[in-house]
Amino acid sequence: MPETPLPFVTRIWFAWLCYFRVLFDGAFAARAFAARLPSPSPAPSPALSPSPALSPALSPSTSSALQLLSLLQREGRLVDFLEQDVAAFPDADIGAAARVVHDGCRKALRAHATIVPIRAEDEEAKLTLEAGFSAAEVKLTGNVGGSPPYKGTLKHRGWRAKELRLPTAVEGHDATILAPAEVEI
Amino acid sequence: MSARFVVGIDLGTTHCALASAPLDDEKARPAILPIAQLVAPGTIEPKPLLPSFVYFAHESEGAQALPWDAARTFVVGEHARARGADAPARVIASAKSWLVHPSVDRRSGILPQGAPDDVEKISPVEASWRLLEHLSEAWDAEHAGAPLAEQEVILTVPASFDAGARELTVEAALAAGIEKLTLLEEPQAALYAWIDAMGDAWRKELRPGDVVLVVDIGGGTSDFSAIAAIEREGSLELVRVAVGDHILLGGDNMDLALAHVARAKLEAQGKEIDRWQMAALVHACRAAKERLLGDAKGDTAPIALGARGAKLVGGALRTELTRAEVTATIVDGFFPDVPPTARPVVRARAALTQLGLPYASDAAITKHLAAFLGRQAGALATLEGFAAANHGDARDRTPTLLHPTAILFNGGVLKADAIRARLVATLGAWLAADGAPPARVLDASDLDLGVARGAAAYGLARRGRGVRIRGGTARAYYVGIESAVPAVPGVEPPITAMCVAPFGMEEGTDASLPPHELGAVVGEPVRFRFFGSTTRREDKPGALLERWKDGELEELAPIEVTLPAEGRREGDVVPVRIRASVTDVGTLLVEAVPLSPNKPDERWRIELSVRGG
Repeated sequence: MPETPLPFVTRIWFAWLCYFRVLFDGAFAARAFAARLPSPSPAPSPALSPSPALSPALSPSTSSALQLLSLLQREGRLVDFLEQDVAAFPDADIGAAARVVHDGCRKALRAHATIVPIRAEDEEAKLTLEAGFSAAEVKLTGNVGGSPPYKGTLKHRGWRAKELRLPTAVEGHDATILAPAEVEI
Repeated sequence: MSARFVVGIDLGTTHCALASAPLDDEKARPAILPIAQLVAPGTIEPKPLLPSFVYFAHESEGAQALPWDAARTFVVGEHARARGADAPARVIASAKSWLVHPSVDRRSGILPQGAPDDVEKISPVEASWRLLEHLSEAWDAEHAGAPLAEQEVILTVPASFDAGARELTVEAALAAGIEKLTLLEEPQAALYAWIDAMGDAWRKELRPGDVVLVVDIGGGTSDFSAIAAIEREGSLELVRVAVGDHILLGGDNMDLALAHVARAKLEAQGKEIDRWQMAALVHACRAAKERLLGDAKGDTAPIALGARGAKLVGGALRTELTRAEVTATIVDGFFPDVPPTARPVVRARAALTQLGLPYASDAAITKHLAAFLGRQAGALATLEGFAAANHGDARDRTPTLLHPTAILFNGGVLKADAIRARLVATLGAWLAADGAPPARVLDASDLDLGVARGAAAYGLARRGRGVRIRGGTARAYYVGIESAVPAVPGVEPPITAMCVAPFGMEEGTDASLPPHELGAVVGEPVRFRFFGSTTRREDKPGALLERWKDGELEELAPIEVTLPAEGRREGDVVPVRIRASVTDVGTLLVEAVPLSPNKPDERWRIELSVRGG
């Protein structure tokens, strides 16, 4: 490695090159990320760089959805449960598995999201919707027509995600792996 | 740079937490900083608690990248704990308990025990250093321009930590780059947290004459302290009057005990449980315990365990724990209703020399509590305000145990109403038998994070924003001198203990120099036996004890000094006196001072906590 500083013009060219490579080349970005540290760090091991076959450039929304799936699988075995064909099993077996899924997913959900009902009233309560209510928050069903105020019965309270706190992925982490295969040695 | 924050760090046996308060805001109260950590491969999440586990990743797993270090090869926190079930030989747990292990070299690479050859083992000190380093890095990542090295850090240690373990903790903190450091006892931190949460109202709750028993039951250890409230010059002062022994017994033991009950039930159904399912079972049992001991609804808690493979339905195991089972296992098993004269079963000393953690051999926490209160019955005898009050009242017999007037609980285990109720009832019965009124319960707001918050609150109190707890060192320290008597085969020469540091030395003070001299050989390490006592409050430096009551003095790891040959001949015996002082950080400094110095102020530092046995 040359210890002498590069000429300024070379550095402009190199900075420009780095800009694009960091943006589009995950493995290079991980190396550059490691190189910014003062101590000499060993070259990243192969596991850090994503394998090209599995990791298309993911838009942020895709990767956070994958993270959520991974979280629910890790904490509550949700993917195992949904991927299994349960038709042939007696309800007792499904019940035992459902407890595992429910306990784990509920814990994960509560730890990462704050979910609140949209309407505070009890279900089956009579209520009046004044003009200007949010059509996104309240869906009208049944004999829909005329103009507000509407009188009706609350059939479902609705849910709103007040807050969502998802984990962040480490640079170079392959989010498509929802759960790694496990091999006992 | 001057500090902008005061930071409290709870370096726990099973979890760490960090709280901070800015110094430029008079009204600011301590707030918890969520610690970014790996929770799964490649997944970072900030969480209020950092599990105190260190995992050494295998080469095949690649780097365990953190936002601030892409090339890291080990993991601290949640993911490390999870890997403890998968690959236990690569994980260090309970690093803090290894710091008090008397018969291992705490500076040598011994952890993880039984690790495969590719793992470079680290010392108990380094394991604590890694935990603190992670906290420090997580802090720095959140506070650009105010690194932890520049902040005032209060690090908590169990009250039962002796001088050696405190020094090793400081060593780990300095290695982790924490420079402006002060140690604080955990039960004191819990009381500071309570005072902070109460605001000014605490002065109505605690009055002169009160004695607060702090019962701190964490994941891996139990710790007791007594703090008295006295009136001095018209204002209320708090004094920590007694601390208990280090008991390696906590919530994890309870969850494990319950898991064995559930496992037996599953095995009775003909089901087999593997190691991985056992770890899941412990988690499920913890949840069942919190539910059944927490609120009154329902008499059973279902326990369901997934099989390890992807086929969840059909492979899941199901059983349940009943309230009666949980009560019998946890409340009666760990908190039995015993008389105040009960004492824990003591294990033979030989067993302590095994290489493994010296777990408490008696699981009954109430017996440990009875032993603490019994041993400390005289803790208030010399305290101003108490000496008169206690002897002046109608009781004419001396109390057989220390009489707390209030209890403060700390630690996650004590979230369970049933356990708190049992402790209150048992203590109440003991006090009644002694003719003392029952103790009331002080409401702690946060049993998991109280110590970290309280540590930061202490940092504020120290700057004049609140009351401080006095107390000084919780032990008197003694050096063992072998008496010069003719050797008798099979009989150990009698030993005389010379007090070098009295009980209750405050930070930044020196003990007076004892008149007796010891001989140190130039150029070779000289060892002295070292003792501590949590009950002998009257011994002055230089006091010589030829005999003491059983349990009064506890032998600690030996201390060692090597005199450099500068200006002296190797092999010469130099008469020295031993001087102790307590540093501003809160550690004990023991030095050998030569009687005829070669240069002004000549002295040599004596190493504490060298390997025992």
